[in-house]
Amino acid sequence: MKNRNSGQREKGTKLLSIRNLHVEGFSDERWHPIVRGVDLSLKRGEVLGLIGESGAGKSTIGLAAMGYAKPGCRITQGSIQFDGIDLLAMTETARRRLRGSRIAYVAQSAAASFNPAHRLLDQTVETVVAHGIASREAANRDAIELYRRLHLPDPDTIGFRYPHQVSGGQLQRAMTAMAMACRPDLIIFDEPTTALDVTTQVEVLASIRKIVQEFNTAAIYVTHDLAVVAQMADRIMVLRHGRTVEEAETRHMLAAPAEDYTRTLWAVRKLAKPEVPAEDYLLTIDNITAAYGGTVKVLQDVSIKVPRGRTIAVVGESGSGKSTLARVVTGLLPPMSGSISFAGHRLPSTLKERSKDVLRRIQMIYQMPDNALNPRQTVEEVIARPLEFYLGLKGAARDRRVNELLHMIEMDESFLDRLPGELSGGQKQRICIARAIAANPDLIICDEVTSALDQIVQEEILKLLMRLQQEFGVSYIFITHDIATVRAIADEIVVMHRGKVVEQGLKTEVLTPPHAPYTELLLSSVPEMDPDWLTNLLERRKRKRVGAAN
Amino acid sequence: MTSTEHVVAVPRQRRTRASRVKTALKKAPFSAWFGIVVILGYVFVALLAPWIAPYGETQVFTEAFAPWSQEFIVGTDQLGRDVLTRLIYGARNTIGIAFATTLLSFAVGVTLGLLAAMYRGWLDQILSRAVDVLMSIPSLIFALMLLSIFGSSVTSLILIIALLDSTRVFRLARAVGLNVAVMEYVEAAQLRGEGPRWILTKEILPNVLPPLIAEFGLRFCFVFLTIAALSFLGVGIQPPTADWGSMVRENATLITYGDITPLLPAGAIALLTVSVNFVVDWFLHATSGLRDEK
Amino acid sequence: MRFAKRTARGAGGSLFSGKGSKAPPMNPVVRTVLQRLGLGLITLFIVTIIIFSAIAMLPGDFAKAMLGQSATPETVAAFQREIGIDRPPVERYFAWVGQIMQGDFGSSFASRTGYRRTVAEIIAPRLYNTMFLAVMTALIAVPLALGLGILAALYRNSWFDRVVNTVTLTTISFPEFFVAYMLAYLIISRDTFIGTEFAQSLPEWLAASINWVLNLVPKFPTLANISDQTPFWEHVWRAALPSITLTLVIVAHMMRMTRAAIINMLASPYIDMARLKGMSPMAIVLRHALPNAWAPIVTVIAFNLAYLIVGVVVVEVVFVYPGIGQLMVDAVKSRDVPVVQACALIFAATYILLNLTADIISIATNPRLLHPR
Repeated sequence: MKNRNSGQREKGTKLLSIRNLHVEGFSDERWHPIVRGVDLSLKRGEVLGLIGESGAGKSTIGLAAMGYAKPGCRITQGSIQFDGIDLLAMTETARRRLRGSRIAYVAQSAAASFNPAHRLLDQTVETVVAHGIASREAANRDAIELYRRLHLPDPDTIGFRYPHQVSGGQLQRAMTAMAMACRPDLIIFDEPTTALDVTTQVEVLASIRKIVQEFNTAAIYVTHDLAVVAQMADRIMVLRHGRTVEEAETRHMLAAPAEDYTRTLWAVRKLAKPEVPAEDYLLTIDNITAAYGGTVKVLQDVSIKVPRGRTIAVVGESGSGKSTLARVVTGLLPPMSGSISFAGHRLPSTLKERSKDVLRRIQMIYQMPDNALNPRQTVEEVIARPLEFYLGLKGAARDRRVNELLHMIEMDESFLDRLPGELSGGQKQRICIARAIAANPDLIICDEVTSALDQIVQEEILKLLMRLQQEFGVSYIFITHDIATVRAIADEIVVMHRGKVVEQGLKTEVLTPPHAPYTELLLSSVPEMDPDWLTNLLERRKRKRVGAAN
Repeated sequence: MTSTEHVVAVPRQRRTRASRVKTALKKAPFSAWFGIVVILGYVFVALLAPWIAPYGETQVFTEAFAPWSQEFIVGTDQLGRDVLTRLIYGARNTIGIAFATTLLSFAVGVTLGLLAAMYRGWLDQILSRAVDVLMSIPSLIFALMLLSIFGSSVTSLILIIALLDSTRVFRLARAVGLNVAVMEYVEAAQLRGEGPRWILTKEILPNVLPPLIAEFGLRFCFVFLTIAALSFLGVGIQPPTADWGSMVRENATLITYGDITPLLPAGAIALLTVSVNFVVDWFLHATSGLRDEK
Repeated sequence: MRFAKRTARGAGGSLFSGKGSKAPPMNPVVRTVLQRLGLGLITLFIVTIIIFSAIAMLPGDFAKAMLGQSATPETVAAFQREIGIDRPPVERYFAWVGQIMQGDFGSSFASRTGYRRTVAEIIAPRLYNTMFLAVMTALIAVPLALGLGILAALYRNSWFDRVVNTVTLTTISFPEFFVAYMLAYLIISRDTFIGTEFAQSLPEWLAASINWVLNLVPKFPTLANISDQTPFWEHVWRAALPSITLTLVIVAHMMRMTRAAIINMLASPYIDMARLKGMSPMAIVLRHALPNAWAPIVTVIAFNLAYLIVGVVVVEVVFVYPGIGQLMVDAVKSRDVPVVQACALIFAATYILLNLTADIISIATNPRLLHPR
C-alpha cells in the first residue's frame, strides 16, 4: 500500500496548480467575493503555508484545493489542476473518489469533526475500506501503526475508544492518522492546532511534521500564526481580503518580507514595554481557595499582589484557574476561604456586599466584545451608562464626557448612534475599554482581551491600553495565555497551573532562566519565528530526557 | 471647548426603528404581504362589526337553513339567523377572546419565564417542574376536564386556556432568557451594580423580544384554534354568542346536502391562522437575517 | 438580588441529580433510564392527584345542578355521599387510585335511575375504537412524514422543498374540523356536483371532466358507523376518512419537524468531514447521520403521536366515530365527572408513556452515555 503510485512520488514534480481562483459566498441576499483571483502551485512532498487574518479566504482556498466549496459558497472562476486532472471539470462522483484517498483534510476542531457514534479506528479506516484500497484487517493494522508513529498513547487500543473518550490533542493526531490512512498525495491542514494549548500544540506539530516528512506527503497548512507556519512550511503565501500579498520560501520571507502588510503581521511580537517595579500595592489576594459548587477546587491557596498603576499578567493554559481568579476578584464567585484587600480595606467577597464606589473602582473587559456589548444598545448608551450610574452625570456634561471618551479611544461622534453589530471587532473592544474607563476605575481586569482579535488589531488595542495606563495610572490584571502579549504589556507576571501559582515576579525575572519546571515547559512551548525552533526544541527535550534517564 | 459645539452641530443620522421596519417591509415576500392585508381586514371587521353587519347578532328570521339569496347572502342557520351577520360578529367574539387569552398567557408566561432565567436556583426548579407536570397532560384534554368542573363561561374559558398555554410561553421565555442571561453584557451590568429591574428591562428584554413576538403570533394561532375546537365541540363559547367554531357545528348537517355554508366559518378560521403563520414565518426570517449579518 | 452562578448543574438538573454522584458506579444508560422512569412515575402520580382533585374542586351547588332544581335534600345528600365528599380527601384519593389499579374507574353519574353503569364498561369498547384509529393513522402517517421530511431536507431549497414547505405551513394552520369537512364535502360532491348551479354554469365538457375526477375519489363513508360486530376490514374502511384527516394534519407537523432535525444534523462538522473524506451521499446519511439522528427523530414521532391523540377528539366528533374522544366531550357537556376523569387519565397516561419512550430511546442511542469515559 505504501508504494502506490511510487513511480510518480519522487519529490519535485508538480502536484497541484490553481489558477485565477474566484470563490463567492452567499449572505445577506447576495453573493460576496471571498477569494479574488489567487494563483497557487505545489510540488510533490512540498508544504505550503497559507497565512492571513480572519476573512483572508485561506480556509476557502484550502477547501478549493479539494474541488470543494462549503455550503453557501461557490467557485465562480479559475482552474484547479491536481496531478494533471482538472478538478472542476470532473463529475462530483469522480471528485468524491479523489477526496479522502488522494487528497485528505484535517479540520480545526477534531472534537466536532469526529462522528460521536463510531470508534476512532472505524473512522480512521473508513476511507481505505470505502475506496477499496485495502481489506479492513490490513487497514486496521496500518492505522495502529500510524497511531504509533504519531506518538498516540496505547496505539494498539486507543482506536477502540469513542471520540469523547480521548483528549483534544490526541484527537487531532488521530485525525491526522485518518487523513494519512490512504497515503494521500496531498493533505489540507486547516488550523489543526489553533484550539489547543501551547504545550499540547508542540506535540501535535511535531507529530504532524514527522509523518508528513516520512511519507513525503504534500500539504497545504492553513493558519493565522506565523510562528507555527514557520515550523511547518517550506513556502509561505500571505493572503489578505482574498488576494495574494506575497509568496516566498519560508526562510526568505522571515528574513526579508517584501510587503508592509507582511511586516505588520508580526509587529506585536516586537512590542515590548520596559518593566517598572512596583511602588505600592493596590490589591492583595491572600490564600484564596475557590470552587464551582462541587468539591473540585479550581483555585488552591492563591496569593497575588497587584501593584498600583502597573500591569500584572496572569499566564496559564486552559484549566489553570486564571479566569476563575477574575471571577473571585470581581465578586461573581465568593471564595471558599482566603481574603482580598483592596486599597487598604478588606474587599467583601460577594457583589451584593460591595458598595457602588468599590464596584466603580474595579472594572472588567472581556475576551469577546461581541458578547460583552448588548446588541440592542447604541455606543452612546453603552458609554454613558457608567457616567450616569456612578458619577451622576446628566445632559450636556454627560454628552461632553462621552465625546471625550470616544476621542480617547481614537473614535469619534459619528459612532454615537451605531449598534455593536455595525462595528468591527477592534472597534467593539475599544467601546468596551471606554465603558471601563468611563467609571474612573483604579483597577481593570482584562480577560484575554486580545485573543479574539487579528494581530494588527491586537497591537493597536495593547498600545491603547498602555497609553490609558500612563494617562490615568490605572492598574491592570491582564489574563492571557499568550506569551507575546505578556512581553508587550506586563510589568509583573504570575504563572498559574491547575489552580495554583507556579511562579510570580517581575517580567524579566520570570522570563529569564532559571525557571520553575512548568514555566520552563510553557515558555519553551511558545513557537518562535525561527524556522529551526521546533527542531531545536525537540532536540533539546530529547537530550534532557536522555540526560535525566542517565 | 469648541469641539463640543462642533459635536452638537453634527447632524445625527439616526436610523429610526420606523425606517428599519419600512426597509424590511419593502423586502417582504408576497405571502407576508398577503398575511398582513388579511389580518388588517379581520381586525377592521372585528372592530366595526355592528356597523358592517346587515342584521343583529341574534336576530331570528322565519326560515331556518334558508339558501343563499339577495336577502341572506350566505343563507340562514338552524335557527333562522343570518349567517353573514353571525360571521361578522363571530370575528369580533372569536378573535377578541383568543387575543385576550394570548395576552394573559404571555403576561404570566413571559414574566415567570424571564424571572426563572434570571434567578435560576429554586424558583426556576419549582416553576420548571410545575410546568413539566402541567404539560404532561395534553392541553385540550386538560381544558376539557377543567371546563367540565367550572362550566363553560367566557371567563373560565379565557382563564383555563391562558393558564394552560402560559406553560409553553414560560418554556420559550425561559429558554431565550437563559441564552441572554449568560451573556457577558448581562454579567457586566451585574458587575456595575445594576438592579434587577434595569437588567430585566434594559439588558434582557430587548434581546428576547423578536422570538417572543414571533411566538405571540404562533401562540395566538394555537389559542385561536383551541378555542375554535372547544366551541366546535360545544364546550367553548356558548350560544347565543356568535362564534366560528360553534357555527361550523350548528350548520354541519348542510354538508351532507352539498352545501358549503359550514365551510365558511371554518375557512374564516383557516384563513386567519394561515395569514398569521405567513407573517410570523417572514418575521422570523427577517429578524434571524439581521442576526446573521452581525 | 442574587444571580445563580455558572455551574455545571443549575439549569438542567433533574430531581435526581444529587443522587448520581454518590451511588455505586452504574452503567450511565441504565442510571439515566432509571432516573427518567422515576421522573415519569412521579409525573404520573402528580397527574393522578390533579385529576382526582377534579371532584374535590366541584362547586358546592354542583349536586343541585346535576340533579335539577326539584331534587330533595335527601337525594342531594345521597349523591354527595356517592361521590364521597363526606370523607377526607387523602383517604378518598388512595381508595380511588386503588380501584383504578384494579381497573375500576367508579360509576358514571348517568347511572342514577335504578341501574349502575360503570365507567369501565362505558369506556372499554370505545377505547378499542380510538386505539384502532390512532394506530391506523400512525401506520400511515409516520413513514410518510419521515420519508417526505428526509427528502425535503436532502433537497432543501429545491422547488420540491418550497412547495412542500408552503403546503405544510398552510395545512398546520387549518383547524382539524376544517380539513375533515373539506374531505367530507369532496366525497359528497361525487353525487351532488353535477346538479349544482355552479356545475351548470360551466361548459358541459368541463363539468363532466370535474365530475369524472371526483368519481375517482373512493366513496368513503362520511359517518363512521361502528359497533363491536363490525368486521376488521369493514372497520378499516369506515375509519378511513377520520384517519386520512388526522394523517393530513399530523404529516404536516411531523414533516416540518423532521426536516428541521435532519437539516440541523447535516450541518454538523462531522458530516462536513464525511463529505471531505469522499463518502457517498448514501453512506453519509446511513453511516454518519442516522446513528446520531435517532434521538431527534424519535422525539418528533412522540410529539406528533401525542398530538394525534388530541386531534382524535375533534375528528371523532366530526365523523361520529364512537371513540373515547367523543365520549369525553359528551361527558364534559353532561358534566359526568367520573367519565371525564377516566378519559383524562387515559389520555394523560398515554401521553406520558409516549414521551417517556421517546426519552428512553434517545438515552439508549446516545453514544456518550453508551460508552462512558
